[in-house]
Amino acid sequence: MSELRGTLHYDVAIAGGGLVGASAARALAERGLKVALFERRYCGAQASGVNYGGVRCQGRPEEQLPLAMRARRVWDRLPALIGIDGEFIPSGHLRLARRESDLEPLDAWAAMAANYGLTSTVIRGAEFRRRFPWLGEGAVGGSLCMSDGHANPRLVSPAFARAARALGADVRERTPITSVAHDGVRFQLTAQPEQGETLHVSCDWLLNTAGAWANHIAGTFGERVPMHAIYPNMWVTEPLPKFVGHSLGVYGGGVYARQVERGNCVIGGGRGTGDGEYAQPSADTTRAVMREACALLPALRNALLIRTWSGVEGETPDDNPVIGMSRTTARLVHAFGFSGGGFLLAPGVGEVLADLVTHGETITPIDAFAVDRFAHRPHSACVTQQHS
Amino acid sequence: MIERAGPPPARQGADFTDAVIVGAGPAGIRAAQTLVAAGLRPIVLDENPRWGGQIYRQPPAHAGFTRSKQTLYGFEAAKAEAVHNAMSSLLPHVDYRPETLVWACDPRRLHTMHEGRETPVPFSHLIIASGATDRVLPLPGWTLPGVYTLGGAQVALKAQGCAIGERVVFAGTGPLLYLVAYQYAKAGANVAAVLDTSAFAAQARATPRLLSQPSTFAKGVYYVGWLRAHGVRVEHGVTLDSIEGAEAGDDIDGAAGVRAIRWLRDGREHSLECSAVGLGYGLRPETQLADLAGCRFVFDELNRCWLPARDAAGRTSCSGIYLAGDGAGIAGADAAELAGRRAALALLEDLGVAAPSMPDMPDAASIERKLAGIRRFREGIEQAFALPEAPAARWPDDMLVCRCEEISARTLRECVRVDGVSEINRLKALTRVGMGRCQGRMCGEAACHVLAEASGQALAQVGRLRAQAPIKPIPIAPMLFDENVATIPEEARDE
Repeated sequence: MSELRGTLHYDVAIAGGGLVGASAARALAERGLKVALFERRYCGAQASGVNYGGVRCQGRPEEQLPLAMRARRVWDRLPALIGIDGEFIPSGHLRLARRESDLEPLDAWAAMAANYGLTSTVIRGAEFRRRFPWLGEGAVGGSLCMSDGHANPRLVSPAFARAARALGADVRERTPITSVAHDGVRFQLTAQPEQGETLHVSCDWLLNTAGAWANHIAGTFGERVPMHAIYPNMWVTEPLPKFVGHSLGVYGGGVYARQVERGNCVIGGGRGTGDGEYAQPSADTTRAVMREACALLPALRNALLIRTWSGVEGETPDDNPVIGMSRTTARLVHAFGFSGGGFLLAPGVGEVLADLVTHGETITPIDAFAVDRFAHRPHSACVTQQHS
Repeated sequence: MIERAGPPPARQGADFTDAVIVGAGPAGIRAAQTLVAAGLRPIVLDENPRWGGQIYRQPPAHAGFTRSKQTLYGFEAAKAEAVHNAMSSLLPHVDYRPETLVWACDPRRLHTMHEGRETPVPFSHLIIASGATDRVLPLPGWTLPGVYTLGGAQVALKAQGCAIGERVVFAGTGPLLYLVAYQYAKAGANVAAVLDTSAFAAQARATPRLLSQPSTFAKGVYYVGWLRAHGVRVEHGVTLDSIEGAEAGDDIDGAAGVRAIRWLRDGREHSLECSAVGLGYGLRPETQLADLAGCRFVFDELNRCWLPARDAAGRTSCSGIYLAGDGAGIAGADAAELAGRRAALALLEDLGVAAPSMPDMPDAASIERKLAGIRRFREGIEQAFALPEAPAARWPDDMLVCRCEEISARTLRECVRVDGVSEINRLKALTRVGMGRCQGRMCGEAACHVLAEASGQALAQVGRLRAQAPIKPIPIAPMLFDENVATIPEEARDE
């Protein structure tokens, strides 16, 4: 079929310049494909850029571990891949137990994860107090995974986008895709830059990496999933003397905390508010999380809070992402719905997506993330399921 | 940002109690007076320990300060007296909460911090009279001990009765430059010079507009004349070059602090020894609360910044939320009194409550006429005391723009060059400029100038730093005492 005059053609078009889309763009460009990345605002300015920054394998469900371990290896190569380390610090991740009964599942998880080559050590009792004197009474023990760490989310996605561009990818920010269709041979897209003429694009492959907005594309191809928007609630203190040795989480969830090189403590937990498009932090949530955070880190009581923020992220009913080939449309690949846990995974997902495009398959098990796994659910779930 | 439109809860009659005023300067006080006269009992939240705002700031109570209002406020003593007395007489009729920082805003609810307690304050109607802060533009040496903003220098004198240094230079531009210099010299401080970056010719050209407020104009002329008559060096049309001295910890003999200021005039270099510098380029409206409340912003050419959109009465894009005073755009204390009353009248009108008749207080239409007249004067002020053209062009690469995060002009320029950044929030995300304790309140404007210059855009094009709660840094401990802390829902317990 003949193309419209002025149509741009690519091997792969990517919808959404978060960390998944940007790292896929880089990986595909490196493999010699002609790639375009369309981001309606700025690369990494949504969930990829405003999240907590945890690079954490520990605590993940078993089905995510092969992907997580692959992704974790990418983080060690950031300087070679994107020219910066993204302030990635393999500080270790300490997953805390708030009561004795939480220690048993931490042991069980450590045994399971060992099968995937992940080492974590459960510490309790007197040794726990001796090693972590800066932790308050709110924690009685914890599991330490030294290969985990944290990074600066504001830097990593833009650097992947920059690296993709340097390898020849056509990275177009402030350029939303306004229509998408498959003409039986190829995908036909239109995109409308904030400034300039409407773009007509055809491509052989389409990667749907649009995060909380990915259902717009999935729905177009009859694969809408029951995903809803969530708004993580984040805050940061003024710089404090260094005292938080590891990135922290708790068994059962509720609060997570880390201290950056400059001394600021970055803390998250609970939800902000939003309308699916914009997010705001919630003072009530901040207050609630402060109480939990100070029980774990008493030194925070004397600190000043300087900033709060939120972002928009997609969450699925089973908290697993959607990753893999479309069931309705050839050469359409989805990767979205990371449910608040995508930062570690994303650079690995970028490689997986590149595998799928270049080989039609990947060695990393992703069956658990199939787009049609929610098919038995009533379709209305995606509109009715909302947090209050 | 999210527009939080939608009608406020319907209430009728004079028992309405959910009207909240933020700020107890001239705008907030006149707004409160108007609401009380109509039978309302507003809550008045003020960050300061005593009412009066900045221009009519009162010294601490019970601290032994005995300077008269005439000494403190000069020509403005009678106005200060009137505003102070108005608030005194309102105290039984309002819920006045001094030393109360509003740190966040949800839809229809403020979050406040007072004496180590954290309290939410619901509102159905909100008048924001949040005032202004100094407009800070840096120059090399601006982080030295002994460099203050003009407003900070004035607060030190007015509230504390002390000067910022033994030998003080006031530099920058704007009416406050001369007023503070005059107040310092009058109080007996050693004012070495006033260095105005605006040309005298510009001030002469602005005279016709400035004469729309003849008495205010006369005062300005008087201050300059008084300073000259008392031997204070006054220079116009200077280009400030640098402040010299030693940072704390420098291995230079002598104490840390300012030693001298350097400037250019008519192509020649000048230098003057001094121990302190008061620096300022007019004022910057404090708009964070309006931003958090969801108000729509527009770029205002007169104020050279983004401001919440408002109509002539002070209504914002959010129903039930009103703006008054310098927080809505710099216009001075007289305009603030008028705008405070006008916003309160708008609130009453929207409530369906009749406007109260008050002696010496004009009606809505005549207030709006007077405010329009003051705007003409404001245009004259901006013409007379314009910001330096392209200030960032002079800033060397190694000058700190953001002192909290220690971000230099070089870092910002590199980011523009390497990443092609053209928008201020993006620059913030990638460089940390404006991410420290001040959250861009001090450095944001300078960062916008650097970005505009480095990316070849006009100031309006680089956007504005979005406000993020808290409006000022707040201690965490008070948050722990709230009895009504929510629990984190099970489905939101991420790790």
